[in-house]
Amino acid sequence: MKSLEELKAIREKALGQVNMRTEQEGNIRVVVGMATCGIAAGARPVLNAFVSELAKRGMNNVQVTQTGCIGMCRLEPIVEVYVPGEEKVTYVKMDEEKAARVVVEHLANHKVVNELTIGAVEK
Amino acid sequence: MKELSLHILDIVKNSVKAGATLIGIDIIESVQADELTIVISDNGCGMSKDFLARVRDPFTTTRTTRKVGMGIPLYEAAALQCDGRFDITSEVNVGTTVTAVFGLSHIDRAPLGDMAETMTTLVSGSPEIDFCYTHQTDTNRFVFDTREIRKELGEVPLNLPDVILWIDAFIKEGLTTLALSRGETNK
Ligand SMILES: Nc1ncnc2c1ncn2[C@@H]1O[C@H](COP(=O)(O)OP(=O)(O)OP(=O)(O)O)[C@@H](O)[C@H]1O
Ligand SMILES: [Mg+2]
Repeated sequence: MKSLEELKAIREKALGQVNMRTEQEGNIRVVVGMATCGIAAGARPVLNAFVSELAKRGMNNVQVTQTGCIGMCRLEPIVEVYVPGEEKVTYVKMDEEKAARVVVEHLANHKVVNELTIGAVEK
Repeated sequence: MKELSLHILDIVKNSVKAGATLIGIDIIESVQADELTIVISDNGCGMSKDFLARVRDPFTTTRTTRKVGMGIPLYEAAALQCDGRFDITSEVNVGTTVTAVFGLSHIDRAPLGDMAETMTTLVSGSPEIDFCYTHQTDTNRFVFDTREIRKELGEVPLNLPDVILWIDAFIKEGLTTLALSRGETNK
């Protein structure tokens, strides 16, 4: 059974880690569009795939956040990636598999997955 | 939408945008009444009488990125397509309550879907807001309340990956137990 006791252990562990991830430098941000248009197109499992792939790889230099409507509803699910010092990359029509690819190729190995970006899909 | 839990995520996002600090999600599954009732209530900014009268119309939105707001109309349609009912009450500066009733065994009713994923998405997106999710059947009840979790965590934020994983497992386990107690598998 999951117990509240386990939360105590999580708390101790978190307090023991000096560098809370929000204060780390060079944080990458992944922003998932989560308005009705995004949710209906499948944004929830996409968000979840990012969170679990990142956790699996222990990549706690990446923050996954949510936003409302980005304004291009027919291209949802839309994911924006912000790497400090680089131009924003917008991925469109995402799914769980594409999310896993972006984690490996872009977030871990710093190579933009060009064919999934808005520039490639819009052509 | 494919799952009612996706509508719930979407409607609760309205409450988040309305500045709510406490949001209730109450699901009542009654085999006896053959009804599935979902009540979403918040203490956000509320809506005026005039706005409320127009809110079920897709052309009512305070969004600036597009001219239509689809969340409420889609949710209402999902309820009405399975002999359900739909109602919104709201008061400015007090809050809003959205009630949807679905025919439980109706063939056009979407499955409830993954409530654990809906809740972890909400908590990780708004770790400072309190969510209270109750799920009741004819014989049993499951409760997930972030206020209890906050008590244990102290200053540690709720969107810590370890906490989110715990919440996911806690809800999955609670709902499985609920389903087993009425001799069914989780839908
Ligand atoms: N809980 C609430 N409290 C206060 N205002 C609300 C609430 N829910 C909805 N509203 C108002 O009603 C409008 C319509 O909501 P609806 O969910 O239908 O569309 P939307 O949120 O504008 O856009 P979409 O859901 O398509 O992303 C919102 O823009 C908001 O102004
Ligand atoms: Mg909405």
